Amino acid sequence: MSLTEIAFYFLSFLAIFSGLAVILSRNPVHSVLYLIVTFFSIAGHYFLMNAQFLAAVHIIVYAGAIMVLFLYVIMMLNLNEEQEEKTKSWVKIAAVVSSCSIMLILVSLISKSTIVMGKAPMADDAGLVQNLGKVLYKDYLLPFELASVLFLAAMVGAVYLSKKETSKS
Amino acid sequence: MEILPNITIQHYLWLSTALFALGVFGVLLRRNAILLFMCIELMLNAVNIALVAFSKVHGDTSGQVFVFFIMVVAAAEVAVGLAILMMLYRNLHTTDTDALNNLKG
Repeated sequence: MSLTEIAFYFLSFLAIFSGLAVILSRNPVHSVLYLIVTFFSIAGHYFLMNAQFLAAVHIIVYAGAIMVLFLYVIMMLNLNEEQEEKTKSWVKIAAVVSSCSIMLILVSLISKSTIVMGKAPMADDAGLVQNLGKVLYKDYLLPFELASVLFLAAMVGAVYLSKKETSKS
Repeated sequence: MEILPNITIQHYLWLSTALFALGVFGVLLRRNAILLFMCIELMLNAVNIALVAFSKVHGDTSGQVFVFFIMVVAAAEVAVGLAILMMLYRNLHTTDTDALNNLKG
């Protein structure tokens, strides 16, 4: 087994087991911490696939911004494990059955289908910011601008929703 | 069809499928709304892995650019969703999704 294979399997098991721990841990703060472990292992996968800039952005955005937001909300709401009520057993069974069937369907689909290869293999420096920036600002300029409009709308919405309601009339 | 030595696109798709199924499982199992958001993040990241693997196979950088757009949508979704959650907690004093039954007939 080569080093990259070992890295792939290690990162995959880390991602899946910490993903399971996110779902099964009773304390929401522990879930957030396990989710950060999952995100770091996914960033490791991006490094393995030569998407270096994407890995860096993934760590900055997810571990640095989104999970901190989650932690702040959990801290402000003061959630702990006592507030979690027991899930009904038929809901548990239904969740296991439906998620396993989704997994089964997708795995059988993947193993049956043949994936067409591209013409040229990807260059090693294609994932660097120089090349990604060229693609983003040349081919995807309109979606980029629309994304900024989406961010503005999300920011206005978040500020408006989380504002304390002033008493009307 | 190898991405890394001895690692094919199928390996990455299986990993992506496993993470996606975990996200679905969490959304169905847990009733804490914050946990639901985290499981949605897990599902979005599963899709991101598949996109990056396909971009590597096809030698096309567009897949990585799509991942950026998914990150944008995820960040906006989390910002608005957590604001809704804060308002929910202010009104109902719980984040349990079973408490949201005002529209039930």
